[in-house]
Amino acid sequence: MAFFSPFRGGVHPDSFKELSATLPIMRLPIPPQLFVPLRQHAGSDAVAIVEPGSHVLKGQLIARAGNGLSAPVHAPTSGIVAAITPVTAAHPSGMKSNAIIIKPDRKDTPVKVPTLLDPFKLPRDELAQKIADAGIVGMGGASFPAAVKLSSAIDRHVETIVINGSECEPYLTADDRLMTERAEKIILGARLIRHVVGAQKIAIAIEDNKPNAISAMQKAAVGEQQLEIVVVPTRYPMGSAKQMIKAVTGHEVPAGGRSSDVGVLMHNVATAYAIAEALAESKPLTSRIVTVSGGAIVRPQNVEALIGTPARYLIEFCGGTVNTPTRLLLGGPMMGHVVQSLDVPLIKGVAGILALTDHEITNPQASPCIRCGRCVSACPMGLVPLEMANRSKHGDFDGANDYGLSDCILCGSCAYVCPSHIPLVHYFQYAKGHLNSQTAQSKRMQYTRQLAETRQERIDKAAAAKAAAKAAKANRRKRSPAKTEKSPQGES
Amino acid sequence: MIGAILLLTLMGLILGTALGYAAKAFHVEGNPLVEEVSQMMPGTQCGQCGFAGCTPAAEAIVNGDAEVTCCPPGGTSLAASLAKKLGIDIKLDSLQEGVVFAHINSALCTGCTRCYKVCPTDAIVGANKQIHMVINAACTSCRRCVEACPENCIDMLPEQATLDTWYWPKPKAA
Repeated sequence: MAFFSPFRGGVHPDSFKELSATLPIMRLPIPPQLFVPLRQHAGSDAVAIVEPGSHVLKGQLIARAGNGLSAPVHAPTSGIVAAITPVTAAHPSGMKSNAIIIKPDRKDTPVKVPTLLDPFKLPRDELAQKIADAGIVGMGGASFPAAVKLSSAIDRHVETIVINGSECEPYLTADDRLMTERAEKIILGARLIRHVVGAQKIAIAIEDNKPNAISAMQKAAVGEQQLEIVVVPTRYPMGSAKQMIKAVTGHEVPAGGRSSDVGVLMHNVATAYAIAEALAESKPLTSRIVTVSGGAIVRPQNVEALIGTPARYLIEFCGGTVNTPTRLLLGGPMMGHVVQSLDVPLIKGVAGILALTDHEITNPQASPCIRCGRCVSACPMGLVPLEMANRSKHGDFDGANDYGLSDCILCGSCAYVCPSHIPLVHYFQYAKGHLNSQTAQSKRMQYTRQLAETRQERIDKAAAAKAAAKAAKANRRKRSPAKTEKSPQGES
Repeated sequence: MIGAILLLTLMGLILGTALGYAAKAFHVEGNPLVEEVSQMMPGTQCGQCGFAGCTPAAEAIVNGDAEVTCCPPGGTSLAASLAKKLGIDIKLDSLQEGVVFAHINSALCTGCTRCYKVCPTDAIVGANKQIHMVINAACTSCRRCVEACPENCIDMLPEQATLDTWYWPKPKAA
């Protein structure tokens, strides 16, 4: 069986996609309040440019991109800015981060859209800038600003654009429904990405457990040049860039390298859709399709919701929960993260909100590693998770790194198959975090060292200047002793 | 008399030349490792390790008189790199985690400027009769300001994790 597999390792978790895969996307009514976080992307926070009390229109820029890697944020609907204050962040720590709270006026008045031009006739860097200005980030989960990814690929001889429609996480069907219902716009987005990067081919990869999406996309792709719908086998983590590229092109991305090293640029279908909306209709990213599912949800379905909608409101729209859910997740069950509160707002990179019941999760006590090696055969990156975990557990983080910790994609395949229920991914998260904080610490030490040296230099200079002044004064005194005698107090 | 003077002068010349030559030819370098280790230290001469400065501390670490973990501003990252350099095994996760920063209680600060004069990294900003403030990124937690403050208004507070610095804690033992 392994001989035919598209990449090494991987697992087959139960999909649970039938809960929501056949239901059409529902549009969520405008919620009574929106909590639009300033951090919805990898990199630095966006900077709010509106004041509490000001009136905003749908699609209006409310926070510009911060310094360095960042993305802007737009108002999802028209209304009054109620406050700019910290709210619970969509983050496993449960910490708070700043958000712009908007009280919608329910008129949904949009900002004036500039005259639309044919995007295929515009220069590439202008298009990349438009994508950046629309606040588009990777919508598959990583939330990396899309324009940065595109611009960095422009000069790197990218031949193939891979559009990721695999949606390999269990439960999630948002991309499936998007492809089934809005195939044309995804293809337009893919063509625009190809145009911006200057690539030749487009491959839209869909796992074979989504027949409706495949047929809809194939129908929409009829007559397209150099565009192929690739049906890939269902296997987790198909949606990870390196595995997907191996399955579609047969090339392996080198360790520490990027997709463009093998001439590929990959974007999620939802990102392609958002890019099409931004370039062809001048609409910034202010809403997304999210799967609300899990055993504890009364009516699991896909919802098109405004960014900033509280999870509580989304779940209420889906009929609420059967009883208190045991676990709340943002994203899929394999790589998503647990949140403690329903107050977290929907952000650009969240494809699913899951409320799971007791029987859907296993949380038994971890027992010692029996070195069965199942994690090794499950690891899609060809690593040895048991050794990495052992080293992380004993604080030998460099040792874990030597075993390839930096290549680990945190997909969770190893923890899924572990018969001892060892929280392997948790160990890797911990070890990666520790190594990152060490790097930050040594960077800071270099900085303080430099500060201390500059200070020492300044003190030495000041001392030298003082000594010189004293010598000069002494010299003067020697020449005119009468002057000094007149003012003896000044010397003390 | 003249003979004795000449003889002594001659002897002085010969011996002096010989000594001068020997000093150059048989010159012994200081332990190069000390120099390297000293370069790795924070260089703020804060003295929290109990030595007079970073170079004496480096000497003690190389000679085995001090632990590689003796430098609080360097933290775990310095301890790890020193252990690697000197071939010592340490358990990093057993080290005390968490950095502390000086924090000025603005209700008590009188703006006397004494703390920022002693800060080895210029991490304190302020002016005469103005409330002072600490720039966390530049603070090495050397506590000199705590000692210098006549109002006792500086505390060392642990670093608050942010969304950027937070990471998963160690899993409970399996």
